[in-house]
Amino acid sequence: MAILNRLRGWEGLLLVILIAIVTMNVLRSPYYLGIGNIVNLFQLSIEKIVLALIMTLIIINGEIDLSVASVMGLAACILAWLFSIGVPFPVAILAALLCGLAAGLFNGFWIAYVGLPSLAVTLAGLIGYRGIARIFIEDRAIGGFPEWFNTLGQQPLVGPITIAIIIFAVLFIGTAIVLHGSALGRLVYVIGNNAQAARYSGVRVKLVKLTLFAASGLIAALAGILYTARLGSVRGDMATGFELDIITMVLLGGVSIFGGSGNILGVGLSILVILNLRNGMGLANITGNTQTSVIGALLILSVLVPNLAQTIRSKWIGRET
Amino acid sequence: MNWIRRHIRPEQVRELSLLLLIIVAVIFFGSLIANYYTSRTFNRIAASVTIITIVAVGQTLVVLTRNIDLSVGSIVGCTAYFVGTLLARDNSLNPFLAVLIAVAMGGGMGALNGVLVAFARVPSIIVTLGTLAIFRGLLVDLSGARTVTTDSLPGWLVDLPRVNIVSIGEVNVGALFAIAVCIVILFQLGTTFLRTGRRFYAIGSNPDAAELIGLPTRRLVFIAFVICGALAGLAGFVTLARFGNITVEAGRGLELEVVAAVVVGGVNIFGGSGTVVGAMLGAIMIGVLEQSLFRLQISEFWRDALLGLLILLAVASDAVILQRLRALWARGELRFATPPKEKDEVST
Repeated sequence: MAILNRLRGWEGLLLVILIAIVTMNVLRSPYYLGIGNIVNLFQLSIEKIVLALIMTLIIINGEIDLSVASVMGLAACILAWLFSIGVPFPVAILAALLCGLAAGLFNGFWIAYVGLPSLAVTLAGLIGYRGIARIFIEDRAIGGFPEWFNTLGQQPLVGPITIAIIIFAVLFIGTAIVLHGSALGRLVYVIGNNAQAARYSGVRVKLVKLTLFAASGLIAALAGILYTARLGSVRGDMATGFELDIITMVLLGGVSIFGGSGNILGVGLSILVILNLRNGMGLANITGNTQTSVIGALLILSVLVPNLAQTIRSKWIGRET
Repeated sequence: MNWIRRHIRPEQVRELSLLLLIIVAVIFFGSLIANYYTSRTFNRIAASVTIITIVAVGQTLVVLTRNIDLSVGSIVGCTAYFVGTLLARDNSLNPFLAVLIAVAMGGGMGALNGVLVAFARVPSIIVTLGTLAIFRGLLVDLSGARTVTTDSLPGWLVDLPRVNIVSIGEVNVGALFAIAVCIVILFQLGTTFLRTGRRFYAIGSNPDAAELIGLPTRRLVFIAFVICGALAGLAGFVTLARFGNITVEAGRGLELEVVAAVVVGGVNIFGGSGTVVGAMLGAIMIGVLEQSLFRLQISEFWRDALLGLLILLAVASDAVILQRLRALWARGELRFATPPKEKDEVST
């Protein structure tokens, strides 16, 4: 019953939009719902949707992480650079992951323990981590990674499903359990609603925030490695601007930018909406730049519409009483 | 110490220390690079600082009101490209009209941001992250990825970056740089003495209180975004004059440098404190770094990493050191409280 209730609100709206988009796409191409295209749908944006999951937790927590795309780039560049100087590949992967974790911990330290605004810290990270990435790679492109790595990134692993999609599915379920079924999840909501009150009730606010940002860094590094495997080569400017799509996915999913509300079901639906929308626009021969414009408009609308609805509703109630 | 407290505010300590940092940086790079203290270095830094400074002035106003405008890079790109296309098509277009079109176009784009932030109450980070993508996407699509080339532009525009107001020896103060300095002075005076200017600070310091005492907060935030857009439009014109060749990529990523300049210049990201002159000092600091690293030829790629670090240090020092300084100053005023006669001198 709870799920039915929920569907009447924002999630219901998303579901209607999703069905409309999918219907239009199916009418345009009969192969749209084929298994190959659905796998492709996820595979082409897999790094973004993986990061949308951790971003959901961070935004519900009342913070924001603008540095994710740069951490992706940094991890990928470290991986490629270590590989190019002859470090064994598994070690390089481990180092890239650790580097992402370190970047996340660094962000988290300044935000949680020094008390700086996450917007400023992660904006510095957005510039700085990209800068560090470019120090390693400069303007080269590094490729020629081991065969198994590229195969893993580009070829299906089980049936038609790639390893990246399996990782996404595991992380999605994991995020759902953490957010809606664990003590940590409750704390994330509590802090997002009122960090002061949470602190006075003995919640370890700083530790929760540090954990979230560290996780964000680690997952960003993972996404960077997946991206490298999928593309087969690394450049210094890879993944630039990904934060737009990622934040749009989260906010369109009904997560409040002010923190404290939102759920994983909404984010899941909004991920499907955006993936299908992008794919549909591709089918209709709309270029990448217009697609980016549409995503930008969607980002604004996803906050604007609930705001307007709220205003109208409060005026309505005011009139009745 | 008492004298310092009396005459210098904590915020000014912040700006003076940045000035000191710039001097230290110049001396440091001067010892590493041969022929550093020449007019060429000055001219190059001035040229690279001009565009960032103009945009940073507008950004300062927005940040003062506790908002942020990430779309300025796209606005610069759009205006530079649009005005460039107009001028290429009709070389006889009046120069002042061209500038006016650039400013009006930027102002219009800023107004869209302003309406969404001030009246529709969407957080500025969301609005401007969205319009950053929208403006750039529209530019790429509408232009068909064509390029404005220098030889299609009228002669006066191409010569503009080489027009000098004053030349002292070989140090040239270009007209464009002079315009930037004039804008800084104008807005510094405006934010210090005009009622509207002071109100930007009031909103940023405490938005709820500003609303309660009856300030038109929505309108003021809207105005800040319009001015920011208009100055970005002007910067678009300067970009056109300086580079001549304008692709659809013009101004991409500029917003990061501008926000960096503003934050490094001591404008508090939470709004309510900071000055336009500070933002210019921030821009100069970035310009010095940029040009010096370029001259050092180690790696220009170090720039962004240093920039990130600089922003972080600036924000951290605001949060940690400035709070203590303010407390120290407040204590000092109590301890060395002056007789009522001179009291108006102490108040800021």
